[in-house]
Amino acid sequence: MEQLLSRVDGYMYPNEVELQWSVLIVLYPFITGLVAGAFILASLERVFKVDAVKPTYRLALLTALAFLLVAPLPLQLHLGHPERSAQMYFTPHSSSAMAMFGFVYLWYLMGVLLLEIWLEYRPEFVAFAKATPGWRGRVYRVLTLGSYDVSPEALHIDDRVGWALTVIGIPSAFLLHGYVGFIFGSIKANPWWSTPLMPIVFLFSAIVSGIALVLLMYVVTCWLRQQRTDMRCLDTTARYLLYAFLIDFSLEMLDLLHRVYEADESFKTLDFMVQTRLYTSQMVVQIGLGTVAPLALLALTQIVGMSERARRNSYVVAALLTLVGIFAMRWNVVIGGQLFSKSFLGYTTYKMAFATREGLLATVLLLLTPFGILWGLVRLLPPWAEAPAPERPPALPAAS
Amino acid sequence: MTADRRQFLRETGKLLLLTGAAGLAFDHVIAGQPESAPGYDATRHWWGMLIDVEKCIGCGRCVAACKEENGVSPEPFYFRTWVERYHVRGDDLEHPVVDSPHGGKDGFPERYRTGEGKTFFVPKMCNHCADSPCVQVCPVGATFHAPDGVVLVDKKYCIGCRYCVQACPYGCRYIDPALHVVDKCDLCYHRIAQGLTTACCEVCPTGARQLVDLKDPEDPIHEYLRTHKVHVLKPHMATKPKAFYNGLDGSVR
Repeated sequence: MEQLLSRVDGYMYPNEVELQWSVLIVLYPFITGLVAGAFILASLERVFKVDAVKPTYRLALLTALAFLLVAPLPLQLHLGHPERSAQMYFTPHSSSAMAMFGFVYLWYLMGVLLLEIWLEYRPEFVAFAKATPGWRGRVYRVLTLGSYDVSPEALHIDDRVGWALTVIGIPSAFLLHGYVGFIFGSIKANPWWSTPLMPIVFLFSAIVSGIALVLLMYVVTCWLRQQRTDMRCLDTTARYLLYAFLIDFSLEMLDLLHRVYEADESFKTLDFMVQTRLYTSQMVVQIGLGTVAPLALLALTQIVGMSERARRNSYVVAALLTLVGIFAMRWNVVIGGQLFSKSFLGYTTYKMAFATREGLLATVLLLLTPFGILWGLVRLLPPWAEAPAPERPPALPAAS
Repeated sequence: MTADRRQFLRETGKLLLLTGAAGLAFDHVIAGQPESAPGYDATRHWWGMLIDVEKCIGCGRCVAACKEENGVSPEPFYFRTWVERYHVRGDDLEHPVVDSPHGGKDGFPERYRTGEGKTFFVPKMCNHCADSPCVQVCPVGATFHAPDGVVLVDKKYCIGCRYCVQACPYGCRYIDPALHVVDKCDLCYHRIAQGLTTACCEVCPTGARQLVDLKDPEDPIHEYLRTHKVHVLKPHMATKPKAFYNGLDGSVR
């Protein structure tokens, strides 16, 4: 702590020297963004009938669920009194933007995602429940919730309800992440956060990160299963990634342009911060490596005729860079918003510990957990048609 | 046992159970109320603070007294009140040089020579805003307005999410390192509810800080506000602060 004082430049109000929101709060918008984005990709197939992305549909839903289950954990870990968190459900303060989190989260989890996955997998649950012995069979029997009717009429009803759910799910996904943006954007005391564009920027960056993640998961799972990637699916997904990213980037540039042109009382302070303490994470990682590079790569695949293999590799690299860029964006919003004094007279530093409750280790574990959950989910609820034999001997990376 | 008796026992059991539950629930309901003090009627006051920048000599006694009275951590990152020294050269109001070593608790070492611009001290504290962003954002209502205008924290209810710390434009809140809940100036509520003034006002040797009751028609604050040009911090934040500053320089933020 004493070290922190020596790292202060200029003047901070004394209570500001220590940062309030750590890297765990960076994880929160990052993870919920992945959920919202993955779901919106899934809804493309379901509602907008984009058949090309069908191979990613179930994987996108399971990815969304795996990350959604982890989304509240960083918040819970961060609280001074985690044991009191239920108070947000029992006595929510109606004027607080944060108080709605639990309800938005529960609605999305129980009202949208779980229900949609259940409807989607119901025929399999019934088939597995009848055919699988042992404890796995019991799990499937529980998952059927006692409904064994898989007649064409019943499945037709499932399909209609599932469609309606997705239609409700799209605004819900928008709500889930736009709301996270609002939590930051509505803080008038902090000029780095306070902009009505924040929910929209968060939303589009969420869509971008979710599409990138599902694209990656699709390629990786194909590779692990030694299956061909469906290039029509990959091309379409990558195109949507490019479109969403262009909108996201335009919004962020609009925000930047507005700040530069308006140049209000906070501008010089924020500008100096971006040029110094935030330079690497904002200019280099977020904008250069995480936005311009993947955008250029994705644009290149649209303009230049490339082989399948080159396209797939470009998509994978672009998706990886995108995820790094969006994580950097969350970092720059959350951490950047606390590095300057609300007096606009000084700057402090964020020092991440390693093996503490809010340190690097906890962060890495929290980031890995959804993949573990996804692994379990995929084994229980296979997102692809069962095991056609590999079409050709496997080659690394997956041959086209 | 007859049916009547069994029914009587059942009904009594239910009644006891419900009464107990209601008692427990009531405990929770009143948990958000300000501390009760015999004879203190919170609805008859509207507390604020008058800070006279012209009178502050930067001795830091207010900071020390506050820490002691309220058990604030001695570390230099936690303050319910602190004093800032401003130094402004010429017309450069945008770039004052500000310092507050240890919140000004031990006073300020000599740093500026006379004639090198102007130097003055500004005590800071919770502004007990009537439209306080901290109260607005608290997700569980642990931070609330008492009927007498004091912004209080229910430490048994605060979940330690730190949203209020982010929302305060004045940097007045911190997380108590021992209790892991938010803490801030409560205008020495335990004192004012007993008719005393705050610890910081009590020890101020020049009367630069004065507790005021805006609901009391006899309070000299009314005359003071009529005859002085007072200001509040960051008026553009529209938080209706109740810490009034006399002689506040335009460079202060």
